[in-house]
Amino acid sequence: MSRLVISGNEAVALGVKLSRVQVVAAYPITPQTAIVEKIAEYVEKGELRAEFIRVESEHSAMAACIGAAAGGARAFTATSSQGLLYMSEMVFWAGGARLPIVMAVVTRALAPPWSIWCDHNDALSQRDSGWVQLWAESVQEVLDMTIQAFRVAEDEEVLLPVMVCLDGFILSHAYEPADIPEQSAVDSFLPEKKPAPYWLDPSKPAAYCTIAAPDTYMEFRYEMYRAMKNAERVIKEVDEEWCRLTGRSYGGLVDCYRCDDAEVAILLCGAWAGDAKEAVDILRRKGVKAGVVRLRATRPFPTEDLRAVVEGMDALAVVDRSLSPGLPSILWSEVRAALYDSVKRVYVKGFIAGLGGRDVTPGDFIRIVHSTLEGFRRGEPGEVEWIGLRGGESGHH
Amino acid sequence: MLYEVCLQGRGGQGAAMAARVLVQAACLEGLWGQAFPLFGGERRGAPVYAFARISDRPVRLHSQVYRPDAVIILDRALIRAMRVRVKEGGLLLVNSPARPDGVDAVEARVFRVDATSIAVRLGLVIAGWPVVNTAMLGAFTRVSGLVKLSSLKEAIRMTWRGELGEVNARAAEDGYREVVEA
Repeated sequence: MSRLVISGNEAVALGVKLSRVQVVAAYPITPQTAIVEKIAEYVEKGELRAEFIRVESEHSAMAACIGAAAGGARAFTATSSQGLLYMSEMVFWAGGARLPIVMAVVTRALAPPWSIWCDHNDALSQRDSGWVQLWAESVQEVLDMTIQAFRVAEDEEVLLPVMVCLDGFILSHAYEPADIPEQSAVDSFLPEKKPAPYWLDPSKPAAYCTIAAPDTYMEFRYEMYRAMKNAERVIKEVDEEWCRLTGRSYGGLVDCYRCDDAEVAILLCGAWAGDAKEAVDILRRKGVKAGVVRLRATRPFPTEDLRAVVEGMDALAVVDRSLSPGLPSILWSEVRAALYDSVKRVYVKGFIAGLGGRDVTPGDFIRIVHSTLEGFRRGEPGEVEWIGLRGGESGHH
Repeated sequence: MLYEVCLQGRGGQGAAMAARVLVQAACLEGLWGQAFPLFGGERRGAPVYAFARISDRPVRLHSQVYRPDAVIILDRALIRAMRVRVKEGGLLLVNSPARPDGVDAVEARVFRVDATSIAVRLGLVIAGWPVVNTAMLGAFTRVSGLVKLSSLKEAIRMTWRGELGEVNARAAEDGYREVVEA
């Protein structure tokens, strides 16, 4: 093991190399490009024995990964923003076909207006595609999560594709020290890929993903639903096993920070959880019993774990870096649905912040906690509040 | 402990790389850190900003740096256009052969080093641009005491293998030796 200062993008590429991926197909897009450039370099130097397929679009990148995975290979791609949207038809195909592909999604805002900066709307737009969606907080976690993703995807109880979501620029271009595991350690954790039971083998010709009439389609979807339920357990097991190997555990589906006696918590996913943790430390010193609940997985959505962790809390601040116009925010809505059946229902207030890369500081998180506690005490409805909006919510922008 | 640094220069002078090397040097001493550029229209010649955070524990912050403990200016023409201002009582280090203009109102200790001459003297010129980052880092280790010169040199040799690493390590040494209060 060695400790190196690497970027989030380099961490993905290194994770792919250590996972001995066999097929990579990708199309460049900011801020993801450095991932596939690095992988191309590994392949060129002979450090990774993989087929690198240059394609003309993201749609074709995923199509190539689908073909490779259907043929039994370990396949990887990476994309962002518009690239993910363009790929979307094939993203849903990979989910429905139950192909254990891993994709890094370097999260970036959707256009228009044009933006290259961080936002979670791109990844979350694919939340019903049948992909497991994992979210990293640090460069170290990006590296670990990339390797873990293959284990989760290829588990016989799961066999679903996995997205590793990392914040555009905030993680992709940040350089942080990371402990690089030995190849032998990764090999023991992630053995050579066994083809799925339904892989394409020329010696045993078969056809898959053909038409399913109304008398069979639903069962395919039900199996997918079951597999996603199984993923909840597998993600936790994989996290524990990784911890035995490296000493690093991230908490399975949810990373809980100072939640044991918390009366209020900030719930979010992504790198800004670190800023929220700093805010919580400041609040604790002032006597506010606050915590952070970081979702490491948004699919499967960790309903049971979430209920368990927020039980006994008064209030929850759900901070979304995405927007569902008319709803108006995604995690807020999902968290409220997940907690509807709680015995003692916690007060949930929503916040929209950081869209298109707008900076969110520990100071913002402190204000978010105070606003949540105020809403709770006054018994106000937990509507969604916009943070850092120029001119305020009623102002001219 | 959290120490924040902002490097301001022009695309091609090596500001982003310097932030990474500084973090790598800190990690060699058992410290932790994080380096990142200001994300925008980086291109050769345009003003660029790079940041480094150094701490005695893993850095969890991922928001921007607003009032750094130290500002390192790679091109003194950028002083007046400075977007990120140094913390009061902090440290300002400028690449300049003489006391730079525009620092009188700065409430920080001001240092200067002629990193351009060091880079030119050692042949550290790429596409006509003197690459001043390692000389500036050498000077910075001296005036900040944040990391040892030996750690910086090791981090430089990890970043640039072979002869290029040696030349950059020498630039760091020269910067360390030649930095003065402005």
